[in-house]
Amino acid sequence: MPNNLSSAPTVVKRERRGGFPGWKAIARNWDLYLLISPVIVYFLVFHYYPMYGVQIAFRNFVATKGILGSTWVGLRHFTRFFNSFYFWRLIRNTLGIGLYELIVGFPIPIILALSINEVKSERFKRLVQNVTYAPHFLSTVVVVGMLFLFLNPNYGVINNIIVLFGGEPVFFMTEPKWFKTIYVFSGVWKSMGWSSIIYLAALSGVDPELHDAAKVDGATQFQRIRHINFPAILPTIVTLLILNVGRILSVGFEKVYLMQNPLNLEASDVISTHVYRTGLQGAQYSYSAAVGLFNSVVNFIMLVTVNRLARKLNETSLW
Amino acid sequence: MFRQTASDKAFQVVNTVFLILILGMVLYPLIFVLSASVSEPEFLLKGDVWLLPKGFTLDSYRRVFRNQDILRGYTNTIKYTVLGTGINVLMTIAAAYPLSRKDFYGRNLITGMFVFTMFFSGGLIPRFLLVRDLGLYNSMWALILPGAVSVWNITIMRTFFQTSVPYEIQEAAMIDGCSNLKILSNIVLPLSVPIITVMIMYYSVGHWNAYFNALIYLTDRAKYPLQVILREILIQDNMGEMASFVDEGIIRQMMLAEGLKYAVVVVANLPVLMIYPIIQKHFTKGMMVGGLKG
Repeated sequence: MPNNLSSAPTVVKRERRGGFPGWKAIARNWDLYLLISPVIVYFLVFHYYPMYGVQIAFRNFVATKGILGSTWVGLRHFTRFFNSFYFWRLIRNTLGIGLYELIVGFPIPIILALSINEVKSERFKRLVQNVTYAPHFLSTVVVVGMLFLFLNPNYGVINNIIVLFGGEPVFFMTEPKWFKTIYVFSGVWKSMGWSSIIYLAALSGVDPELHDAAKVDGATQFQRIRHINFPAILPTIVTLLILNVGRILSVGFEKVYLMQNPLNLEASDVISTHVYRTGLQGAQYSYSAAVGLFNSVVNFIMLVTVNRLARKLNETSLW
Repeated sequence: MFRQTASDKAFQVVNTVFLILILGMVLYPLIFVLSASVSEPEFLLKGDVWLLPKGFTLDSYRRVFRNQDILRGYTNTIKYTVLGTGINVLMTIAAAYPLSRKDFYGRNLITGMFVFTMFFSGGLIPRFLLVRDLGLYNSMWALILPGAVSVWNITIMRTFFQTSVPYEIQEAAMIDGCSNLKILSNIVLPLSVPIITVMIMYYSVGHWNAYFNALIYLTDRAKYPLQVILREILIQDNMGEMASFVDEGIIRQMMLAEGLKYAVVVVANLPVLMIYPIIQKHFTKGMMVGGLKG
């Protein structure tokens, strides 16, 4: 095969990254452009058009007048949001859940991966992996449904255990103080195994000779994990940490909304559910678009900032 | 080769115990649901079921499979999953292949255009208004088109094309006068069966489990996917026709309803959990490919 190539200088010799290859080269790949065009159209329509449409946050959107026809009101919706009763509660809850999730949910898959990696028996290793990955495939609805079943104050299995040990049944799903803990730990249950895969992949690239050399030098197993395995996955950790910190304020709608009820709203109302309630249920399109835009912008700024910081402190960054 | 020291042995024991605890914590809820679903509801409500079923009965399942909402939800979900996944996979290939080619001018620009959407979006409201203006409101296309392709999966697939399909073979075909589309269909795709399988699995699990788009875009009950029905039963405690066990007393009704929920959970996850052991190897492989920074 390589012999054929040397006699054929026509293809892809010229192109360097970013250099304009000339119309001829583009025309030669016309079918590739045709192939990708539906995807480009998709992104323009379903991702970039909404970015254009988000200007209704600065207008009083009336559907019959269209986006450009609606009156411009500047930052009125934003000031209304910043001054509203909900503002600090939403920030507190969104940030609280995000931070809690980061502090508890982020290290656990790392520990799990380091631990799985030390298992000698292949069968036990596979068993642990297969079992811990499984909950990832359950839907959010089912996981939250299971929470309601298990935590039911009258006949949920958790409260049965509490009562068995002489305690009083706890109304887990309606008490605001339990909300964040239940949210975070059920998330850990669902995704710790799946999130550990990426670290296991990184660990599989560690050179065994390093370990042999360390053993000769008398390093214990724990020391070897700390000084060989951990540094090996550090770049992966930093990359994922950047992504996670950058998303700290974008707590997902789906699970919070399912776990939410009027009794725990004090602790469970986050920006995305507020947008849903005011925007789609209350039809205040412009106001809720403003709240959503505020969230998107903050997320974007955080991601860029964290990435820049990481690049300064470390060699690793996203871009 | 090397003698294990005492501290290493201790470490090994602690590590194994730790993992066994994790196994127990992950498995217990799953086993409990399964046991509860085949237990006599009476024992369930009295708190007599801890791990294994008590008073074995398949009554709950019989009721679930007689329920019209669930059956229709099931059919709808299968339809949305098959159609949605088909579109997803085609779109992913259509984006990933050109972007995997070094001689595709503009690939950086296009990649940037795709990746940017992972970090910034117009938000829920503009997207909702768009879907409505496109006339997709209350149509199944509202569940399929807005998420027609995922940037993350495009990246995974592109990385696979670049690393696992030798470019030299493609170049040779070009010299023989093969068109790009022919190279894709005759050379690249046959070599990419593993990653295509992974993509089918990723997307179909996503469709199977999705409820949010149905919640905001569908008003017609007859179009509801399974997850929306599940939400009604499990979370809103709205059993609909199922709760009216006409011939039963009120306490008995409550019990039956409770037992039924467990059976519903099992039935909803059956397809995913059944194929899971077969495909989990592929899943992991896909994650590994995706883990490589591409």
